[in-house]
Amino acid sequence: MSLNDIGNYETRRTLETFGFLPKMDNNEIQAQVAYILANGWAPAIEHEHPANATDVYWTMWKLPFFGETDMGNVLAELEACHRAFPDHHVRLTGYDSYTQSQGSCFVVFEGRS
Amino acid sequence: MSADKSYKAGVKEYRDKYWTPDYVPLDTDLLACFKVTGQPEVPREEVAAAVAAESSTGTWSTVWSELLTDLEFYKGRAYRIEDVPGDSESFYAFVAYPIDLFEEGSVVNVLTSLVGNVFGFKALKHLRLEDIRFPIAYIKTCGGPPAGIQVERDRLSKYGRPMLGATIKPKLGLSAKNYGRAVYECLRGGLDMTKDDENVNSQPFMRWRDRFEFVGEAIQKAEQETGERKGHYLNVTAATPEEMYKRAEFAKEVGSPILMHDFLTGGFTANTGLANWCRENGMLLHIHRAMHAVIDRHPKHGIHFRVLAKCLRLSGGDHLHTGTVVGKLEGDRNSTLGFVDQLRESFVPEDRSRGVFFDQDWGSLPGVFAVASGGIHVWHMPALVTIFGDDSMLQFGGGTQGHPWGNAAGACANRVALEASVKARNEGRVIEKEARDILTEAARTSPELAIAMETWKEIKFEFETVDKLDVN
Repeated sequence: MSLNDIGNYETRRTLETFGFLPKMDNNEIQAQVAYILANGWAPAIEHEHPANATDVYWTMWKLPFFGETDMGNVLAELEACHRAFPDHHVRLTGYDSYTQSQGSCFVVFEGRS
Repeated sequence: MSADKSYKAGVKEYRDKYWTPDYVPLDTDLLACFKVTGQPEVPREEVAAAVAAESSTGTWSTVWSELLTDLEFYKGRAYRIEDVPGDSESFYAFVAYPIDLFEEGSVVNVLTSLVGNVFGFKALKHLRLEDIRFPIAYIKTCGGPPAGIQVERDRLSKYGRPMLGATIKPKLGLSAKNYGRAVYECLRGGLDMTKDDENVNSQPFMRWRDRFEFVGEAIQKAEQETGERKGHYLNVTAATPEEMYKRAEFAKEVGSPILMHDFLTGGFTANTGLANWCRENGMLLHIHRAMHAVIDRHPKHGIHFRVLAKCLRLSGGDHLHTGTVVGKLEGDRNSTLGFVDQLRESFVPEDRSRGVFFDQDWGSLPGVFAVASGGIHVWHMPALVTIFGDDSMLQFGGGTQGHPWGNAAGACANRVALEASVKARNEGRVIEKEARDILTEAARTSPELAIAMETWKEIKFEFETVDKLDVN
């Protein structure tokens, strides 16, 4: 193999699940919210300054939206959190009370760092 | 003297005492299903009773000291016989064992009875232990996984997707420093964890202490650069328990969150001890299964892997290899799904279509990640996500390190393929059927994936499964 055929891979700083995919558009974000709701998980929003992104706990936005079934409300809260903290990462979690774990968790907006 | 309480020396038929078709098993009984192939002239009831006797209280001759105890309380009972679908030579024998026959918390003791001398018994041509129903009362005496699925996800911050790994290759011969390089490259490229090959213990070309130090450095650097949690299963399988614990202590010291053990070659005693050590030291435990195919592959003799998997969940482990269904190693899809359930669920109902012979209540025992590893590459990703779901560890060895640009790009290709598959599944797409479209779309923004797809496009492993489920 010629050296010209070998690419140089540069390490990426990523934020776990979906960190290797291109930024999602609104429709794609909606589909993931729909998946959380369809599983009966409680959507929740957290945000944090990029400098503290590796911390276990990020700051909660309000409380998890227990019993929420309206996708529009979840998307509106994501937008509101992002507007309030434009410098912060904003992630969406689906809390699964049966497994006591998170069925889904990914960063929706990346903060300017 | 009353007739049934007096001692009569001699040889009795096993079925007089051990064939009890009217018996209703107790909730506390340990139940077993054997696939039995007897010698042609011996009646089924007699063979089934012999299996029950020889795996519990019986021996070939009556002995006077039997009368000093209450054998009706202690004996195993053959209580049901069933035809094996599509096989006129063999039959299923169901045996119930009273819980007091077994030491608490010891799968070692259970197996010594159930798969002990009876497997060499001359009245049998073949014998296979198909399934065990462990009573919840017994399960409560076992430690189980040191952490379990939920705790591992929280420690490593990995949610909503399978984890991604690779076994470091070549499996033997690298120096410790070069080995650490291979680990670092995989982790910086996007894998969650890497793995020592099972053959790697502490050979002359790479002693364990050197490997652990360089791997520790690789994990730390990859975590700092990527911002994600990383690990490498440091294999602490060793010649003696003392050496195993020494290596486990050092694995913790160098900062790896996880170590590794081979539960069959190392043995259940070592495994249970190590699982207890991991629980006390906050370490995760990855379990490899070298030697399993010797025991579980023959359809008429040995122990089905679903039994070994159940025993491992009791003995303790946070990950267990289950085969891939689609890769280079043997594995029927329904049968694999059957024992994957046994690793992860809290209750698994009887389901003959998956080879599950009993309801199994696991109570509060934590779940074990199913590990798919062996001859898999990016093209398999949508099928693997469909078959194994989120609570799995998908490991691509050659499929990561065989990438034309090297380990980091290979890792990235797999990570992109994994995340694209999970995203598409969440969107409601049937990803196994739409595999080509999903991967092709994802490759548009990932040259690493595009090259991986080109490299492995022709590789298939299509051979008939040797150990199939019994069906007509």
